Amino acid sequence: MFAIFMSSGLFLGWSLGANDASNVFGTAVASKMLRFKTAAIWCSAFLILGAVVSGAGATHTLGKLGAVNAIAGAFIVAFSAAASVYLMTKARYPVSTSQAIVGAILGWNFFSGSPTDYGALMKIVGTWVVCPVLSAVFAVFIYKAVVLFIKMFKPGIFRQDLLTRYGLLVVGAFGSYSLGANNIANVMGVFVPVSPFADISLNGWIRLSAAQQLFFIGAIAIAVGVFTYSRRVMETVGAGIFKLSPVAAFVVVLSHAVVLFIFASQGLQHFMMRLGLPPIPLVPVSSSQAIVGAVIGVALLKGGRGIRWRTLGGITSSWVITPIIAAFVCFIALFLLQNVFEQEVYRPTIASLHLKSNAPDQMENATPFAAVPLALPAAQTGHERKKTIKAPAVGRIDKGRAGQGRLPENRPQLGKLQKTFPSVILPHAAVAHAAEG
Amino acid sequence: MDFRILKRKLEIGKRIDDFLDNVSESGLLFKLGIDAYLKGNTAAFEKTIEDIRHTEKQGDAQRRSVEEQLYVQTLIPESRGDVLELLENMDALLDRFKGALWRFEIEYPEIPSALHGDARELITCVVESVEAMVRSARAFFKDTDAVADHMHKVSYWEKQSDKISTRLQRAIFRNSALRLSHKLQLRDFVMHVDKIADRAEDVADKLSIYVIKRSL
Repeated sequence: MFAIFMSSGLFLGWSLGANDASNVFGTAVASKMLRFKTAAIWCSAFLILGAVVSGAGATHTLGKLGAVNAIAGAFIVAFSAAASVYLMTKARYPVSTSQAIVGAILGWNFFSGSPTDYGALMKIVGTWVVCPVLSAVFAVFIYKAVVLFIKMFKPGIFRQDLLTRYGLLVVGAFGSYSLGANNIANVMGVFVPVSPFADISLNGWIRLSAAQQLFFIGAIAIAVGVFTYSRRVMETVGAGIFKLSPVAAFVVVLSHAVVLFIFASQGLQHFMMRLGLPPIPLVPVSSSQAIVGAVIGVALLKGGRGIRWRTLGGITSSWVITPIIAAFVCFIALFLLQNVFEQEVYRPTIASLHLKSNAPDQMENATPFAAVPLALPAAQTGHERKKTIKAPAVGRIDKGRAGQGRLPENRPQLGKLQKTFPSVILPHAAVAHAAEG
Repeated sequence: MDFRILKRKLEIGKRIDDFLDNVSESGLLFKLGIDAYLKGNTAAFEKTIEDIRHTEKQGDAQRRSVEEQLYVQTLIPESRGDVLELLENMDALLDRFKGALWRFEIEYPEIPSALHGDARELITCVVESVEAMVRSARAFFKDTDAVADHMHKVSYWEKQSDKISTRLQRAIFRNSALRLSHKLQLRDFVMHVDKIADRAEDVADKLSIYVIKRSL
């Protein structure tokens, strides 16, 4: 059963490979500096490495998805995100899996009646604007630095070609690693709490946790996506907006990798804090947006005459459309799964129960639990996370329709329980038990 | 991709250098050959023809090898077409030197001694224009900023060639001692040699476009 539900995660992984991963090597392949096969091999290898080695560290992303508290719901959320990414990939637009996931989670929130933390949502949406702008700025500075380097050292046409190729491979590997580390949680994070795997040890010196095993499987799905479907998107990214020279391609990939690193590095955040500077929010950013921003940065630096504004407009509008499609698909799919296939797609939380009960006295206590993971600071430590108590699923009590979760009669006790464990997410059984006791 | 591949890829630069050496050498051989011809030193002239034939053969082989490597290893994809065109045009200059010498060998035109000075001067200007073109091409592969420094010399020598060519043709046609057929034959030779400088200038014009395309 787990494998069936996980298939949507694998589909999402495949979509990520087909779409997001192509951003890393797209410019290199489109400018013919690297063969597609070489790029696909490097990209897959470092994606898998990043996912397995550093994917587990991206707990903030897992936290985002933790709100989806039923396996069937998680299946639909991942499926909706994957379907949206697939649709956009089919239309040859570079969209982001993170965007699709956020849209799908919102769809789940609407369906389950869980409140959404709009502050956190605005923070995420804000990065969708900041990320391409920042990437464009980096691209301009890096491009100028590279030009200065070439003018100073005069490497010659063939040596420059070689340096650019190796540079593209190195920054592409770095970008792939970062992408794997950050986005694997989008693909597999939702399945981690219900993983049937146990920790395994290879020869006693390599230890793979259950999450890492899941990440490995997800990363393989991404790699399959890279090999089977990323080529067309690579061509759109690399040549669709602006015809890039190989040096410009190197600059674009490096800018993108730097932006990913800045928004994902806890070390850098701690360093900024030690210097007394405002910390950089650790928000998973979209590699598609970073790449497109960098391409535009280089194009504008060169006068902007060669920019294909129509293609750019299509890409930008796809950034708006993707989360909407994902939310819509998710909502419809959840409705069908719940009412046609009679699957439990969510477990009512205290927050959603309170909201649905229309009890004004409880509303003030209705901390937006379902949105808690969206609001979690990315740097939340494992220690802090342990405070979040998730009651065990002791059985499905109510498989009623959306908005019809049964409320226990003993509300004061429920309110007390909620005050004791402000982050608790309770399944029906626990709620009923609390009401009885 | 190990370091042997890196070394192999960098070898192409050396091969292009060798090819350009051959183009340059063909100009020098042309000059030597015409000088020997004007002095009536047939043996030296024949030897030069043999040498330039060998140089041209080597140049063709080098050009083909470079072209093959460029495509097989997909080197400089953004400038590959331009580099191929440049190499073919440079090879065409080499062929023109060889062709001009062969034409002398076939027709053995009688050149009045009064025209020898101008003829030598024309040959010098033409060879210099090609030499400047070779330097421009080398700069294109090593330091594109330096290309312009050499390219303006191509134009300079081409203009000088035109001036001398006009002077020579005028002298030929105003020489009443020559038959019309002889005048026409000499004019053809002058124009044939002058055309080499014109071609060098055409290649330089194209090279300036390649440089703009590669500008950062």
